[in-house]
Amino acid sequence: MIAKRDTALADTILFPRPEGLYCPLGDFYIDPVRPVERALITHAHADHARAGHRHVLASQQTLEIMAIRYGEDFTTHRQVAEGEIEIGDISVSFHPAGHILGSCQIRLIPKIGPRIIVSGDYTRTPNDICPPFTPLECEIFITEATFGIPVFRHPDPVEEIRKVIASMEEFPDRPHLIGGYALGKSQRLIRLLRQAGYDAPIGMHGALKRLTDYHIEQGVDLGELVHVDGVSGPRLCLAPPSAFSTPWVHRFRDPVIGYASGWMGVRARARQRRVELPLVISDHCDWPQLIQTIDDVSPEEVWITHGSEAGLLRWCELTQRPARPLRLVGYEEEDQ
Amino acid sequence: MKAFATLLERLAFTNGRNAKMQILRHYLQDTPDPDRGWALAAITGQLELRNIGPALLRRMIAERVDSELFDISYDFVGDLAETIALLWPEPSANRDISLTDAVGVLQSSSRNGQEIAALLDQLDKNSRLAVLKLGTGNLRLGLSARLARTILAQMSDPTLPEIEEIWHALSPPYLDLFAWLAGENAPTPDHQAPFRPVMLSTPTNLEELEKLPIADYQCEWKWDGIRVQLVSDQGVKRVYTRTGDDISAAFPDAIELMDFDGTLDGELLVGREGQIAPFADLQRRLGRKSVSRTMMAEFPAYLRVYDMLIWQGKDWRSEPLSARRAKLDSITFPSPAMDVSPLLSVTTWQDLADLRADPPLSVIEGVMIKNSASRYVGGRPRGPWFKWKRDPMLIDAVLLYAQTGHGKRSGFHSDFTFGVWRDEELVPVGKAYFGFTDEELRQLDKFVRKNTVERFGPVRRLKPELVVEVAFEGLNKSSRHKSGVAMRFPRISRIRWDKPAAEADHLSALEALL
Repeated sequence: MIAKRDTALADTILFPRPEGLYCPLGDFYIDPVRPVERALITHAHADHARAGHRHVLASQQTLEIMAIRYGEDFTTHRQVAEGEIEIGDISVSFHPAGHILGSCQIRLIPKIGPRIIVSGDYTRTPNDICPPFTPLECEIFITEATFGIPVFRHPDPVEEIRKVIASMEEFPDRPHLIGGYALGKSQRLIRLLRQAGYDAPIGMHGALKRLTDYHIEQGVDLGELVHVDGVSGPRLCLAPPSAFSTPWVHRFRDPVIGYASGWMGVRARARQRRVELPLVISDHCDWPQLIQTIDDVSPEEVWITHGSEAGLLRWCELTQRPARPLRLVGYEEEDQ
Repeated sequence: MKAFATLLERLAFTNGRNAKMQILRHYLQDTPDPDRGWALAAITGQLELRNIGPALLRRMIAERVDSELFDISYDFVGDLAETIALLWPEPSANRDISLTDAVGVLQSSSRNGQEIAALLDQLDKNSRLAVLKLGTGNLRLGLSARLARTILAQMSDPTLPEIEEIWHALSPPYLDLFAWLAGENAPTPDHQAPFRPVMLSTPTNLEELEKLPIADYQCEWKWDGIRVQLVSDQGVKRVYTRTGDDISAAFPDAIELMDFDGTLDGELLVGREGQIAPFADLQRRLGRKSVSRTMMAEFPAYLRVYDMLIWQGKDWRSEPLSARRAKLDSITFPSPAMDVSPLLSVTTWQDLADLRADPPLSVIEGVMIKNSASRYVGGRPRGPWFKWKRDPMLIDAVLLYAQTGHGKRSGFHSDFTFGVWRDEELVPVGKAYFGFTDEELRQLDKFVRKNTVERFGPVRRLKPELVVEVAFEGLNKSSRHKSGVAMRFPRISRIRWDKPAAEADHLSALEALL
C-alpha cells in the first residue's frame, strides 16, 4: 500500500465553479452543467452529460449514448477514456461506477498533492448491465448523497420487481405500466423482470426505443420487446414517467401505474407521484451503501456533491471523518 | 405479519374501490385463521389499540438513532411512525411473526414499550410500519367497514343483509364468522342492543314518480341530519349510524331521550324547543368522541323517528310500512325533543313537487316517498323507497387549478379547484372531481394542457378563463377556507364554454346563501 498523500493542496487541484467541478492543472471540468472547452463526463444521464463542450473525454459507451441523444455533432473532439491519461499536469483514469451502462468514477492523480476520486453517480447494488463499482485508493473521495438520509435502505431489487408480477396476478385484466428513466432504469427493470422469471413480451414506449436498442447492441439480453402503438398490446409496458401525464396513457383502460425509484421508499413521495405500485428500485447508493463505500475507500476527506448532504455530513461527524459539502448545483435528484 | 403489511401497503396506494375490494378478498381467501380475523378487525375499525403514543415512539427511537439524524429523517419523511419504521435497526435473521402474535403484544404491552421494541426488532421494514400504524390507531385505508362486509358476502353463500344482521354481535378474530362463511352454522348473537341493517332509498324524479299510483305511497320530509338507528334493549341503549357505528358516547343527550324498548329508525338532528336547527348546528357535534355539557346545551340533540324495526320484543320488519307507521303513531314519546316525522298530505305528485320546491325549513333537503306495503329490508332495494332531493344550489365559478386523476382517469386532469370573484381577485371556493361526462373530461383535459400557467408538482395553475356551473347541496361557514365558505358535495354540472370569466359569480352571491 502506497503511503497516504498530504491533503493540504486539495483545494487547488479541484474546486467548484459555476460551470461545475474544475481542475486547473488540466484545465478541465467534470460533468459541467454549461458548455466548456474541455469536459470529463462520468456518465450519460442528461444532468451530467450535456451537449456543446468542445472536447469530451468519457467512456466509449458514454460517448456513444451522448451521440444517440444529442446527435453525432454533440462535441468537436471526442476521446475515449482508456488507461491513465495525461491532461496538462495531471493524470486521470476512468473506472466502473456500477450506475448505468458506461458509467465511471474518475480518479485524478497530480504529481504533487492528494489523489482525488470523483465518483459521479454510483451504486453497490449488483446490476448485470454494467461492471460493478470497485473502491479505489485515494485521499479525497467525492461522493453524491442522493439518498444520504438513514431512512433509505433499498430492498433487494429482484424482490421489488416481484411486486409487479404479483400485481399482474392480482389484476389480470388491467394493463400494467411501469415508469422509469429512459436511460439505465428502464433496461434495468427489464433485466430484473427477466431474472424474476417474467419471459412474456414487454411493451416499450417509443421514447425508450433508441437507448434500449443500444443496450441490446452492447450485448445486454432483454428478451422479447414490442413497441406499443395500438390499443391491444402486451400486459406490461415500460414508459418514461412523463408519459403518464400525457394522452399516451389514454390508450390503456384502467391501468395499474407503477414507478421505480429510490424515492418510492418513502410513502409521501410515492403518493405525490400518485402511483398505485411504487417500486423501490434505484441505481444510486442507499444509506448503508454510502457508508460502506466511505468505509471501504477510507479517504482522508469526504467531499459531498449533491443530494441530502446533511445526513451524510452528520454521520461523518459522528465517526470523526473530515467531510464537507461542495453544494454543486444543476444536478437533479434521481428521476425527478 | 408480512402478508398483512403488504395488504396495508397495497390498500394505501390503490385508489379504485373495486381494486381495493379485490386486494382484500384475495388476502382473506389466502390467509389462515385467526390472522385474517385480526386483519378484518383492524380494517373495519373494530381493533382499538391506541397504546403507542408519540412520546413513547420518540423515546424508543432516541435509544437507537442519533437525534440529529432522526430530525433530518423526520423532516424528510413527515410521518413519525413511518420515520421510526424506516430507521429501526434491521433484524439479524429474516423471519416472520404472525399478525395474531403481534396483536397480542400490542394488547398486553406495558407503557415502557419494551415488548413493542422487542417485537420491532424481529420485523422487516414494512411489518414494522404495519405494527406502528396498528399501535397508533392510524391505519387510514379508505375502505369502509361496509365494503369489507360486502367482500365477505361475495366470498360465500351468506348475503350482505345476513352478515350485517349479526355483524355487530361478533368480535375479532371472527372464527365463528369465517366458519359460517365456509358452510357451517351461523353464529348466534349474544350481544345486547344489536344494530340491524338499515333500509336505504334510491333517487327519483317527477317523471318517474308520475308512473306510480300515489295512493300506494306515503310521503315525508327528507331531513338533513344524520340517519340513526335507536336501540333500547332491556335497558341497554345505543345510537348507531346507518353504517352501524356506535355513536352513543358522543350523544348522551340522545340516549337520555330514548325511553322505550325497541329498535327505531329516524334522524338525529339538533333542535331547540321543538324547532329543528340547520345542519350546520348538527355539524358542530359530529366527529367527536365525547361531548361537553356546554356543547349539549348549545346544540341539543333532537330525534325524529320514521320507522320501527322492533317494538317491545316483537320484530316488525316483515309487517307492511302502513302497519309499522300506525303502530308508531300510537306511541307517545315523553320528551318534547323526540317525535314522529309527520306524513305529508298530498293527492297528486304535483302537490309533492310543490311542497318540495318550497319547504318550510332549511333543514329539509327534499322528500321521501315510501311504498306503504313495503317490508323493512336492509340495504338499498330498488323500488320500495325513493328520495327526491331538492334541486342543488348553483353558481358559476372559474377553474383555477387542475390535477391529474388516478385509476381510470390517469393522465386526465380531473380534479379541479374553482373560484369566484372577490373584488378584483378570484378566490378558491371548492374542489370538484366529477359531474362531467367522459367526453367533457377529455375537453377539460385539453383545456388544462393548453392553459397551464405554472406547475407545482402534479398541480397546474390555469389561465382563469373557463367558467363552470358548480352544483352543490349546501354551504357552511368555514375558517379553514380562504373564502370563508365550504360547499357540501360540489360537482361540475355544466361547462360554460360560452361565458367569459368576468361574468362568473361573486363571493357575495355565495355568502347570501349561508
